[in-house]
Amino acid sequence: MDFLNALVLILDSTIRLSVPLLLACLAGLYSERAGVFDIGLEGKMLAGAFAGAAGAAVTGSAWLGLLCGILVSVGMALVHGFASITHRGNQIVSGVAINFIAAGSTIILGQAWFQQGGRTPALGAAQRFEAIELPGAAALRDVPLIGQIYSELISGHSLLTYFAFLMVPFTWWVLYRTRFGLRLRAVGENPAAVDTAGVSVAWLRYRAVICTGILTGIAGCYLSMVQNAGFVKDMTAGKGFIALAALIFAKWKPVNAMFACLLFGFLDAASIRLQGTPIMGVRVPVQLMQALPYILTVILLAGFIGKAIPPRAGGVPYVKER
Amino acid sequence: MAELAIALSGINKSFGPVHANRDINLEVQRGTIHGIIGENGAGKSTLMSILYGFYQADSGEIRVNGKPVSIKTPNDAIAAGIGMVHQHFMLVENFTVLENIILGAEGEPLLNKSIAKARSELARLEREYGLEVDPDALIEELPVGLQQRVEILKALYRGADILILDEPTGVLTPAEADHLFRILKQLKEQGKTVILITHKLREIMAITDNVSVMRQGTMVATRETKGTTVEELAELMVGRRVLLRVQKGEANPGEVKLSVRNLTVRDSRKVTMVDDVSFDIRAGEIVGIAGVAGNGQSELIEAIAGTRRAVSGTVMLDGKPIDVTGTADPGELRDRGLAHVPEDRHHVGLVLAFEEAENSILGYQDKPQYLNGPFLNLKAIEDDARAKIQAYDIRPTNPHLRTANFSGGNQQKIVLAREIEQDPGVLVVGQPTRGVDVGAIEFIHKRLIAMRDAGKAVLVISVELDEIRSLSDRILVMFAGRIVGERGPEATEGELGLLMAGVEHKEAAE
Amino acid sequence: MSAPFAKLPRWADYGLIPLINLFVAFIVAGLVVMLVGENPFRAAMILVEGAFGRGQNIAYTLYYATNFIFTGLAVAVAFHAGLFNIGGEGQAYIAGLGVAFVALSLDTVLPWYLTFPIAIVAAAGFGALWALIPAYLQAKRDSHVVITTIMFNYIAGSLMVYMLVDVIKPLGSMAPQTRPFEAGAQLPKLNWIIELFGAKIRSAPLNLSFILALIMAYLVWLLIWRTKLGYEIRTLGFSSKAARYAGISESRIIIITMLISGALAGMMALNPTMGDQHNVSLDFVSQAGFVGIAVALMGRSHPAGIIPAAILFGALYQGGAELAFEMPNISRDMIVIIQGLVILFAGALEHMFRPTIQTLFASLSPRSVGLAAAKKEGA
Repeated sequence: MDFLNALVLILDSTIRLSVPLLLACLAGLYSERAGVFDIGLEGKMLAGAFAGAAGAAVTGSAWLGLLCGILVSVGMALVHGFASITHRGNQIVSGVAINFIAAGSTIILGQAWFQQGGRTPALGAAQRFEAIELPGAAALRDVPLIGQIYSELISGHSLLTYFAFLMVPFTWWVLYRTRFGLRLRAVGENPAAVDTAGVSVAWLRYRAVICTGILTGIAGCYLSMVQNAGFVKDMTAGKGFIALAALIFAKWKPVNAMFACLLFGFLDAASIRLQGTPIMGVRVPVQLMQALPYILTVILLAGFIGKAIPPRAGGVPYVKER
Repeated sequence: MAELAIALSGINKSFGPVHANRDINLEVQRGTIHGIIGENGAGKSTLMSILYGFYQADSGEIRVNGKPVSIKTPNDAIAAGIGMVHQHFMLVENFTVLENIILGAEGEPLLNKSIAKARSELARLEREYGLEVDPDALIEELPVGLQQRVEILKALYRGADILILDEPTGVLTPAEADHLFRILKQLKEQGKTVILITHKLREIMAITDNVSVMRQGTMVATRETKGTTVEELAELMVGRRVLLRVQKGEANPGEVKLSVRNLTVRDSRKVTMVDDVSFDIRAGEIVGIAGVAGNGQSELIEAIAGTRRAVSGTVMLDGKPIDVTGTADPGELRDRGLAHVPEDRHHVGLVLAFEEAENSILGYQDKPQYLNGPFLNLKAIEDDARAKIQAYDIRPTNPHLRTANFSGGNQQKIVLAREIEQDPGVLVVGQPTRGVDVGAIEFIHKRLIAMRDAGKAVLVISVELDEIRSLSDRILVMFAGRIVGERGPEATEGELGLLMAGVEHKEAAE
Repeated sequence: MSAPFAKLPRWADYGLIPLINLFVAFIVAGLVVMLVGENPFRAAMILVEGAFGRGQNIAYTLYYATNFIFTGLAVAVAFHAGLFNIGGEGQAYIAGLGVAFVALSLDTVLPWYLTFPIAIVAAAGFGALWALIPAYLQAKRDSHVVITTIMFNYIAGSLMVYMLVDVIKPLGSMAPQTRPFEAGAQLPKLNWIIELFGAKIRSAPLNLSFILALIMAYLVWLLIWRTKLGYEIRTLGFSSKAARYAGISESRIIIITMLISGALAGMMALNPTMGDQHNVSLDFVSQAGFVGIAVALMGRSHPAGIIPAAILFGALYQGGAELAFEMPNISRDMIVIIQGLVILFAGALEHMFRPTIQTLFASLSPRSVGLAAAKKEGA
């Protein structure tokens, strides 16, 4: 039973740690499937985390905070779109710029507005998304295994957690069952086909980039309003890049993305939990666990375990050919 | 007579300084197959792209079914009942046939209904026109002929009454092309109007009702196909050009320098472009390869020069093999005395952002005379460039000017000077005078003949039949990846034209 | 939009447009300053004063600039081959390991002038090694170097934490860093050069690495524009088809270029470790690898542009520190915003103002833009 308890605890924190990755990863999926590469997930998430916490602190409402987070993140996504869709700039360069602007401005504005060394004021219960008890969770708590899994693993998360996991089938549905999804996938593969079919490539890509902004905004809000009670500088700490790695690892597919994020979340949870305690007599350095998502992604990119083929038109601005 | 499906009047279109369409008038009768023929760059594709809303004309009027329409985007064209099958297919390769067909014409936001509708509609079209294709197959797994069929279905699904096909047979095998023509005739019988853009005379004669001829951006004539001949159309296409015949003496062929045996080359889409080709070139002769663009000439010289891998076959240079299917490298071939003037000087033969002098050593950057240890010998490179500028009359004469600032003719001279002055035993030249002004053409031809007279083997490919006839001591004609005939320099244009159109080849095969 | 490559005079292309882009970046930064309730003009004054006001400040400015010259050159060399090396951060970080090995084993044995060359080789070697795997994967397996170098930045981060906390840290010490370097691994300061001009300096970290950075800038210029290798790198960068035609092996050039790029980024590690802190500590690179991207973009990948751009960013870092003293609402993170804005306007949006400027030039003097003007009228 001890082992089971430990396992449930680890899996529970796996879910918590996967949520921001999953949201950011699905965010990147919309943009990259439409042919706009985005290494600025990190920055948009950070800006969303700040704006969400700041908005919640000022208005006193978690929902208005969430709205602020989404708006700011979408604004940055539109800057990326303006540079890479309208002006056909280098998408990598633009993403790097977004990350810097977000990293700097969240601290400067936080300090100027709240005078707490770049933090936002601590958020109270009404300003956060609290855990939700699913019906029957208390009653089932004592049923062995199933009850424990239901009440501790599945129940007791915030609304945003359930939202994140519901986004997986929803994204799959959007991508493969709607007109928008069909066009989105097409524009990432062959924008000329979309153009000659009479659909605007630019508008389609802008819409994709807006979807990215919405989801990175929510991912950021999860960090500052669920996982923590307020914004702390640099609180994304590379999660945007792990999400990017997960996206590649998932070969740009939504259900794979969920498993990739759960895997990377599990590695994170395990490294926190183990803190260097030996596994089967071998002491695995925490840092190795932390680096594992990146190492796995590089191995995948190298084509040693399957091949990650990005959307064919990814990273290339669309220019009508003569 | 029948009503007009399309009436264009006074269409003009420029791309920068290039006047691609000049005051074009065109009338296409409903329910006919109307051919538009012209050489490469005559402006056919531009005109059709305007009709399809991909570009907008600078001036002019478009009428569809008698009504003036404004076509600003492909959507407008689709709404007016115009569909287009592009030369390069506009298909998403990892989508299914069905997904490609509904893309942009889904109707409603959710796909399940539109897919079901498309499936039954597709079944109807298949029955009606004999266009069978598996709706759930992935495009990338279909052969080219079927991919094209999907393009046609795409247009029909959108309710096209007028179908434009841009060089549809360029990527097809002869059997596939015949099948396509049967489909087009079927479409005509069902009352559709078909516009066929091509540069192949055989196709025009085989299936069109009327034909319009374009030359250098203008519409020069429209004929009823029954009332015209291949000879007349060929003359209209080419115009009465001043024949630039360079004076040359008898060829004096010596030993075999380059020997090609059973060479087969595929392009990136795995389509066989060069099919079991064999020939020899001797010292002191110019061999020209004639053929309509896209019949494998480009891939042939790229494989010989080491910039493209061959699938099978052997090539011997001075009696020693070149590893054309493996490690052949342009650098190694230069060392062995094979120089190459590529067809595409803008992206391959030159780096336009480089100074002229830098381009004058491209490919020869390993030669000791240009180096001081690991450093470039700038003095030597500049002196060398100046000498070439003088000898080839390259203008402007500043070797430090960016190459992009030179005219097409002078850029070509930069490439030729570089390759010829290395004194190669074999020179392979692609499109020696494409985009080159008249004055430079004569100069370039004289240089090539001088190479021959100095006992070098020269291989020339060109889409300009005149050029081939004027330069070559022997003419090989390529059609559909094969060499379909060899003629002497005295061969007439008509004779070669028929070979290039694959006519004789087909008859011989039957 | 018809002619994105229409000709402008060289000075407009290499001088005017970058300056306009920079200017716009600073205007937006000024708006941020206003947003936090400070006067942007006063902020700019304090910044300039803080960066160049006294000899002391100049020395600090040049110390920071040293880092950025190295990382800027690293990014620029890769750019010339058409490669985007985002991994300068990780390459410099790992190079710290090489410096640590050399310094810790030789600092009591050899004088600094013998340790230094060995440390240069070690730093360059470790940096190059860290770039080798992404380079190899790009050259042979077609994995995009941008993504792999990002991943390698994080792997480097984890590896260095492990090395510093669990391996190199002296017993009994709490701080995740090496033991202090002895005199044999301390680089001489260069503050006396500034004192020659009459300034007084109490202590500032400007050291011999600055000279090394200048030498590297010269060598990079020599490499790119004066050697056969540089010729091949540029050919590949402009057109991979032309490179193939010219018999240049694409994978060979990718690997060599990335090794050089990684080596340059690696040398950056010398400045803060042997030059200033006299140890190797956590996060000693502190984003210099990323600043290199901004520096290379602004300097148009030419050493003659990279050095002033690096000094500009050095001034921002040093002046920004002073600014944080004077204006409590503005911390050094203001610099990070400016960096981001410079990358955005000088990089991703570099062509935004070009059409306007071309039209302006065409209307002022139609002859100077020649064909471009004619094209515009036609289109």
